[in-house]
Amino acid sequence: MNATDGDTCVLRTRGLRKEYGKKEGLVHALNGVDLDVMAGETVAVMGPSGCGKSTLLYLLGGLDRPTSGEIWLSGQRLDQLSERGLARLRRDAVGFVFQAFHLMDELTAVENVELPALLAGRSPRVARKTATELLERVGLADRARFLPTALSGGQRQRVAIARALVASPQVVLADEPTGNLDSAATIEVLRLFDRLHAAGQTLVIVTHDPRVAATADRMISMRDGSFTDQTKLHGGTTGRLGTLAGLEG
Amino acid sequence: MQQEAVLALLAKEPAHGYQLRARLQQALGSVGDAMNAGQIYVTLSRLEKAGQVSCERAPGLPDRPDRKVYALTAAGQQRVAEWIADVSWPGPGLAEFHLKLIAAAAAGLADPIRIIDAQRRELLRQLRDVQRAAMAEPDGSEAALLLEGLALRLQADLAWLEACEQNWTNQKKDGS
Repeated sequence: MNATDGDTCVLRTRGLRKEYGKKEGLVHALNGVDLDVMAGETVAVMGPSGCGKSTLLYLLGGLDRPTSGEIWLSGQRLDQLSERGLARLRRDAVGFVFQAFHLMDELTAVENVELPALLAGRSPRVARKTATELLERVGLADRARFLPTALSGGQRQRVAIARALVASPQVVLADEPTGNLDSAATIEVLRLFDRLHAAGQTLVIVTHDPRVAATADRMISMRDGSFTDQTKLHGGTTGRLGTLAGLEG
Repeated sequence: MQQEAVLALLAKEPAHGYQLRARLQQALGSVGDAMNAGQIYVTLSRLEKAGQVSCERAPGLPDRPDRKVYALTAAGQQRVAEWIADVSWPGPGLAEFHLKLIAAAAAGLADPIRIIDAQRRELLRQLRDVQRAAMAEPDGSEAALLLEGLALRLQADLAWLEACEQNWTNQKKDGS
């Protein structure tokens, strides 16, 4: 990738393939995926379970390695990194958000958020300051000393999102972030994603929830390991809500 | 009977009224039970008057509607093409979209998967507006409840499009 591309394209894949198993049991989880995610863009990847969307997310975040193809993150080639290089990437450049939150139940909200910063070698004082600021940013400053079990589902996911942001990652990767949430909590999380988006954070969200996909800048449909449709969701149909609700027309 | 659906079923080849009726019965099953036998001929004669359908009677046969063969005119073809591309929703109902896919596939007017994709894009845009409005409502607002209803309805429609996509993808695989 040359320098001019690097100005806008944060994440790029070319011919990305992932296969599991052997011979008759061979599964093509990804069939040559080309993806470009621009800086500050929110991209949603949708598709039925088993379409390869989670596999794609794991490859993008260095949690797994492709069978073939290239992955670039801000000009750095991931698919050729050593294990150590990948671990450093996961710590410094990528933030993960999971469906099941993956918070440590023994730690308070603020301790959960600061943990990755401490593991990265930051001083306890700096880590605590960063974590406190992030909890404020996700609207949970008053819950900093709560254990996860004392928080609602939506609040737990917001703590997990704060933790994903602690290293100021180049991209946040979210796997079904609203999968365990009710409607009101889903709105909470979407509002937060929206604020991150407004602040310029690059986001890739894998979801089967159309409410989440609908709030992205771009929606990609996946089936059988390939992209089948892509659409920009700008513009919309503003002004037609009354018609939709049966008020007119 | 919906005029566009009848026109689109003629796009593959000219047909007798009773053939169209049988095709509709097959496509709609018990959903189409309320259709009576004469309805298709009423629709066809309206379309003929509008110049969108032409009809020919086989020579030597009595002048009865069920002896006529109906065909699309250029104006009829034009109207079918517009209908296939139209993504307005909610339309007159799910049956219309269902028939659109069937007619488009039969006549090779358009790939049903592309029609589904276009419809999904439109519904996602509508859902986007609903979600944006819901996100802007304060907690516990009355309007939020109405917006949730709209979002749930669109989600159900999108889930059905998903089922349509699966079905037509499988048909394409089986056919090739």
